[in-house]
Amino acid sequence: MLGRTANGLYWMFRYIERAENIARLVDAGLRVSLTRVGYSDEDWHGVLESAGVREAYSEVHDTLTAADAIDYLLRDSANLSSVMSCIEAGRNNARMVRTALTRETWEATNEAWIDLKARLSKKLKATDLPELIGVIKHRCGLIRGAFHGSMLRNDLYNFSRIGTFIERADNTSRILDVKYYVLLPSVSQVGSALDNMQWESILRSVSAHRSYGWVYDGDYQSANIADFLILQVQMPRSLAYCYEKIVSNLGYLAENYGGRIKAHETADAIRKTLKQRTVAEIMDQGLHEFLEDFVSRNSQLSAEISDGYRFYQ
Amino acid sequence: MLTAEELPRTPYQTYHEWYSSQDPAHLIQKNRDAENIFRRTGITFAVYGHADSSEKLIPFDIIPRIIAAREWRKLAQGIEQRVLALNAFLEDIYHKQEIIKAGRIPRELIEKNVAFLPEMIGFRPPGGVYTHIVGTDIVRTGEDQFYVLEDNARTPSGVSYMLENRETMMQMFPELFSLNKVQRVEDYPRLLRQSLASLAPAGCKGRPRVAVLTPGIYNSAYYEHSFLADQMGVELVEGSDLRVIDGKVKMRTTKGYEAIDVLYRRVDDDFLDPLTFRPDSALGIPGIMDVYRSGNITIANAPGTGICDDKAIYSYMPEIVEFYTGRKALLENVPTWRCSEASSLKYVLEHLEELVVKEVHGSGGYGMLVGPTASKKERAEFAEKLKARPGNYIAQPTLALSTVPIFVNKGIAPRHVDLRPYVLVSDKVKIIPGGLTRVALKQGSLVVNSSQGGGTKDTWVLED
Repeated sequence: MLGRTANGLYWMFRYIERAENIARLVDAGLRVSLTRVGYSDEDWHGVLESAGVREAYSEVHDTLTAADAIDYLLRDSANLSSVMSCIEAGRNNARMVRTALTRETWEATNEAWIDLKARLSKKLKATDLPELIGVIKHRCGLIRGAFHGSMLRNDLYNFSRIGTFIERADNTSRILDVKYYVLLPSVSQVGSALDNMQWESILRSVSAHRSYGWVYDGDYQSANIADFLILQVQMPRSLAYCYEKIVSNLGYLAENYGGRIKAHETADAIRKTLKQRTVAEIMDQGLHEFLEDFVSRNSQLSAEISDGYRFYQ
Repeated sequence: MLTAEELPRTPYQTYHEWYSSQDPAHLIQKNRDAENIFRRTGITFAVYGHADSSEKLIPFDIIPRIIAAREWRKLAQGIEQRVLALNAFLEDIYHKQEIIKAGRIPRELIEKNVAFLPEMIGFRPPGGVYTHIVGTDIVRTGEDQFYVLEDNARTPSGVSYMLENRETMMQMFPELFSLNKVQRVEDYPRLLRQSLASLAPAGCKGRPRVAVLTPGIYNSAYYEHSFLADQMGVELVEGSDLRVIDGKVKMRTTKGYEAIDVLYRRVDDDFLDPLTFRPDSALGIPGIMDVYRSGNITIANAPGTGICDDKAIYSYMPEIVEFYTGRKALLENVPTWRCSEASSLKYVLEHLEELVVKEVHGSGGYGMLVGPTASKKERAEFAEKLKARPGNYIAQPTLALSTVPIFVNKGIAPRHVDLRPYVLVSDKVKIIPGGLTRVALKQGSLVVNSSQGGGTKDTWVLED
């Protein structure tokens, strides 16, 4: 396959994944605004930060309001990570690699773009938001489903999956990093209503507030939440799960292309860390430092994959 | 579809009976469904110069155009003759130039033509084929009366619409295909691949590697490029994927550089090789012409074939066909005035309101004047352009085109159409039964180009 095709698939799936994660973040933000006593628009700072666009937001808006933040996150074309921009970029990449996609996958992507473009073309009304967020998640789910149900399990598939998991690992670690202080053990706040709400918001932004309960028997505890999102391999948005997948997808490429590249060493090393570390060790090292280091190794891996498989000239 | 006696023309008979039994509301719904199918599939094209409407749908009409087998056979013979003549003409003008020596075509018309490439002189493309894919635009004025409007030997587009139109019709009206015996068009991608592979360079060992070269996703015909690559099962490449290495054109894959044997390029000559043609081209491959000339890659269509699309050359087609085939042309040309000739220019200026005036290098319906529908002011402005550069124009009478029925919300209405059958040339000539029917959707209009508001419809050639 062409290096450019691998690049297109990789980024198509990174953007689709990002669109979905941004929608989840907004969902979690809305939830906070509805349930928290003493909620203020300032709470959207955290959401913008998790999305990695807080600074960019301040460049176009002098003040922070919920409506502006939501607009910026969902539909502003000046925001390259807005849901609309991601869907647009994802679809442009899909168009570029259209010959590599099954008709089902392409149509699901194209329909997502047509539908969301129509929905996001006008100012959003607060009452429409729950439905809209549902539609975004639904559309992204359809793309993933069509992809899983119809694509050959060859190198095209593996490059697409690597894109998904690199993006997901990046997003999950950013969400955690922004809220890491919430998870820091602090005697005075443990068990307070405020904490529960903050923790729930973290879990909700990765669609894990229900599954958490099943795995950890109910109670929110900072160490358990960190464990869940970083080390729990059963949790499909955890860093550990993402790296199980990345290592296996890269393994396929090594086997079929008859050789390993630098990215294989990097991915193995990251996976090893995630397998061996305990949550206590991570908290001792400093959650923030751990996550910062993870994000940078994750991007390094991304660069090594583009180099090793000739994404660019 | 109705003649003066209000009886359906024979090939339409079965269709007409079916149509009469349909609920009009149901058909209106089907008409909408068709649009949705096209939108969902992303069958779009781009109109240059419209920033906000970068992707548009070509309107699709649900009533097929139906051609009887007998009429088609006659037409196909004429097309085959014409396509063989075009190839012989290209071979000749890039080698011995017998036709010029025989005084049948003025030398300057060839050698001063921008589409004539001196780089091709004395070079014989693999298999001696210049025009691997040809689209011949045809209009019908009455039973068995066809005229060729223009030849598209450079890069005829639209074949994906022929295929998607058929696909859509079969999806929406499966019953029609058991009522009527319609000849298949679905084999086109497979035949195209076979045809291209059979013309691989002589030195190519094993299965020839074919690729489609596109300018990229912003090109107006990008959908078609990706569609054809996908349907043929070959790579869709851009110039930036390719590089000349060790005298071969190679593409950058995830495993390293791999050689290409046949390149179906959808990039114009000018942009093909910045070392030979336009140095500012970012769409081409530096050095590909050297590889080509040393016989290590097949380029389809061959560079320099665009001269056949020139409308001044077109006016000589009856002579060209006779010169190379030794027989009179089976298909007629539309009478054409070459404005470069003083007497013709005078006639054209005096009869602008009856004529269609076209640029000799124009395409896509841009830069033309349709005299009968143009305003007085438009005609006057055009006359000035004509006087300034007469050699840039030809003029033709508007023909009394026959009409075909299209579907409108009130039922059916007559509209003008043309037909572009697609022809594949290798050691044999294959004509796909049918082609792309373009329809002028505006009542009375003669312009069928999609860039000018035309639509398309499925084209059926019936079995005997």
